[in-house]
Amino acid sequence: MSLDTSLVAVRRSRYGWMSAAAVLVSAAAAVPIGFILWIAAKIGWSTTVGLIVRPRVGELLINTVLVVSLTVPLSGALALTLAWLTERTNLPGARIWSWLAVAPLTVPAFVHGYAWTTLFPSMHGLAAAVLISTLAYSPFLYLPIAAALRRLDPALEDIAASLGQTRSGIFRRVVLPQLRIALGGGGLLVGLHLLAEYGLFVFIRFDTFTTAIIDQYKSTYNGPAANMLGGVLIVCCLVLLALDSRIRGNRRFARLGPGAARGAPRHDLGRMRAAALLLCGALVAAGLGVPLLTLGHWLVAGGVAAWRFEEIGPALGETLLLSALGAVATTIAAIPMAWLSVRAPNKFQRVLEGCNYMAGALPGVVIALALVTITVGLPIYQSLITLLLAYVLLYLPRAMLSLRTSIAQAPVELEQAAASLGRSPRRALWATTIRLAAPGAASGMALVALGIMTELPATQMLAPNGTHTLATGFWSYSGEIDYAAAAPYALFMILFSMPLTCLLYAQSRRLSGR
Amino acid sequence: MTFLSIDALSKRYGSVSALDDVSLCIGAGGRTAIVGPSGSGKTTLLRMLAGFDVPQSGRIMLDGRLLVDGTSAVPPHLRDVGLVMQDGALFPHLTVAENIGFGLPGHTRSQVEAIAELSDMVGLNPSMLSRTPDALSGGQQQRVALARALARRPKLMLLDEPFSALDTGLRSSTRMAIANLLQSAGVTTLLVTHDQAEALSFADHVAIMDSGKILQAGPPRELYFRPKTAMIATFLGDAIILPAVLSHGRANCALGSVEIDEPRWSGWADIMFRPEQIALTGDTSGARGKVLDVEFAGAVSNVTLTVTGHSGPPIVLRQPSSISVAPGDEIGFAIAGRAHAFAAANVAESAAQD
Repeated sequence: MSLDTSLVAVRRSRYGWMSAAAVLVSAAAAVPIGFILWIAAKIGWSTTVGLIVRPRVGELLINTVLVVSLTVPLSGALALTLAWLTERTNLPGARIWSWLAVAPLTVPAFVHGYAWTTLFPSMHGLAAAVLISTLAYSPFLYLPIAAALRRLDPALEDIAASLGQTRSGIFRRVVLPQLRIALGGGGLLVGLHLLAEYGLFVFIRFDTFTTAIIDQYKSTYNGPAANMLGGVLIVCCLVLLALDSRIRGNRRFARLGPGAARGAPRHDLGRMRAAALLLCGALVAAGLGVPLLTLGHWLVAGGVAAWRFEEIGPALGETLLLSALGAVATTIAAIPMAWLSVRAPNKFQRVLEGCNYMAGALPGVVIALALVTITVGLPIYQSLITLLLAYVLLYLPRAMLSLRTSIAQAPVELEQAAASLGRSPRRALWATTIRLAAPGAASGMALVALGIMTELPATQMLAPNGTHTLATGFWSYSGEIDYAAAAPYALFMILFSMPLTCLLYAQSRRLSGR
Repeated sequence: MTFLSIDALSKRYGSVSALDDVSLCIGAGGRTAIVGPSGSGKTTLLRMLAGFDVPQSGRIMLDGRLLVDGTSAVPPHLRDVGLVMQDGALFPHLTVAENIGFGLPGHTRSQVEAIAELSDMVGLNPSMLSRTPDALSGGQQQRVALARALARRPKLMLLDEPFSALDTGLRSSTRMAIANLLQSAGVTTLLVTHDQAEALSFADHVAIMDSGKILQAGPPRELYFRPKTAMIATFLGDAIILPAVLSHGRANCALGSVEIDEPRWSGWADIMFRPEQIALTGDTSGARGKVLDVEFAGAVSNVTLTVTGHSGPPIVLRQPSSISVAPGDEIGFAIAGRAHAFAAANVAESAAQD
């Protein structure tokens, strides 16, 4: 009898600790939004309205809405075409094109901006913003769409054909609806990146909320005006999240029934083959060729003199250190929530999880602004701790997703089996779940680290004085129009982003089972 | 009258022959089953009938219309061929009603009546119509798949192992319901399965396939009791195969002299009994055997025994558990019906004797 009660107590205490930790992390994640609401309450209703309802905000809103509502559908159409060509047609070299379609992700968006503006200095405004962000961000849509296409059950397409549907009818009525989640999720990701994008839009002189907030921050340092712009930006994020959940709906999309799906047949392109190759070639030239060409040009032009190793070396070191610390901190912060969501999912836990994702959806500038205002006057102001906190809030969802899938792959029965073979609960956990979740945790850490490596606005605003990272180094040189000196920094960021891209690619392949 | 005619269909994948000169004729309104082990080519044949695969040579004619001639073929969506797959293959993004109405022209709203009629026809509760497929049981999913395929009034209905994903109990009841339904709708049906009991009970015409060839086709009783080869015999069910000497319509074998189904054959040949033809008796004056083992399995018991004077392996007979035998008992045999004689090289067919 006494044994039974002690067993219950052990279980409860483990869930209790995990829950408490999860609540703490989620509370931190809710800080930026809470902070903006608090500011609004402090300055009063009429001042808040005055700061939000003004022509400048209207302009920014129009710009932001336009760039999102043009880029996302365009990226979607582009990604869908590419994914269809590489996954479901006999396009020559489909596997290579599929890698090349993802490759633009290795180039940070602001390096894309740098490449295009040095090539065509007159590029600016909405058209340039849409063009460059489509090239830079459409891989975020390509990855899930290609994965979803690979996962589709070809039997459904056979059935539709036997029910009298033509090829285009099958695509419209059977294939496309099943890609809804991929299109919605990928579109959300692209939209959120657009809202958060800073460097690219500065290069092409296109004002959005994010660039305006940083301008405001630079001129008035910490006025409520910047915070209220942040508030509008948060609302934009929420609108995107709501749109995505509407697209997602509550219908199930997974394959019904048992048995493995047959591999899908590839359609013969026939006479379209040359046109398809031309399209793929043009996209790769624009998305990968332009940045690499420009970078190569500046590296050659700058010669050896551009390699200021006394600056690049420390910047590289600091970047790696910040990335590693941020990755570890973020992963540790993600463990309680990821563990709970697999082992003890309930309504409360889902609400907490929602908080975390919400914070991850916020642009770095909003989180940074909140943390600046809260910490100013405190000893942790512009300290490593604040910067790491910002990274944790920004990248928590990345770490959590990787962790959750890998914990889910370690069924609790293994832990129980280990316990029945005489391991203590802690050693059982270590020998089974932690051992099996380690690769997922590692890939989550890599994703976070590589995100931090090219992060710009939050690092600029929060880092201790004298911090130089690759991104800030690139930014200050390119800001002084010293493009040759900026090139080595860009090269390093691209080199370090390559593993990230490979990881994302491999992950999307694995999720789809191939 | 031939409704569906399959003529010399062949298809090779590299060096593997998926279909090897397959010909089959099916009458209108009938239920045909193609049964064979996995890899026998039955699914390839079905996919050619549906139009998803094209043969290298051969012809398919449905109701006077040429569907396949060599490598040219009518595309699937113009064929009037319905299809129900193993797991139903319901569209997961559509409701049950939308699934059923998928092949109907016009919008779901104008189809309400037709959908209600179809769901009633397959015995689906109208409350299911607004649900999504994942809320249905396996049997219900198959009914939806059938209603969806019936909506277009196909000339030919193809069933690709549609019962194999169901539980044993549900399987036979669903099978019976669907057989009756297709019968009353008058749709010519072709079932592909690896389950011989399913094929025999569902169809009025059964074709056995192996290695891309049709080995034998005919009514189920004919195939079961008069298989062409020992391999077909054992594929369709348990069989007791004994060597015998044939003469004057009888065979002399270890179980004594028994009547055979080929009255004019004489010479050495193998003969076959189905286990249910042989009953055990206490009369040991004729052929007799010795019980080795009795395995009780509820209504029937499996009795393993040796036949005196027969050197082959012990034979297993299913017997009602009500008879009481024990290992070591001497028993006699009572044989119901005739034994089937397999054609063999040394069997001579004598001129009509009577």
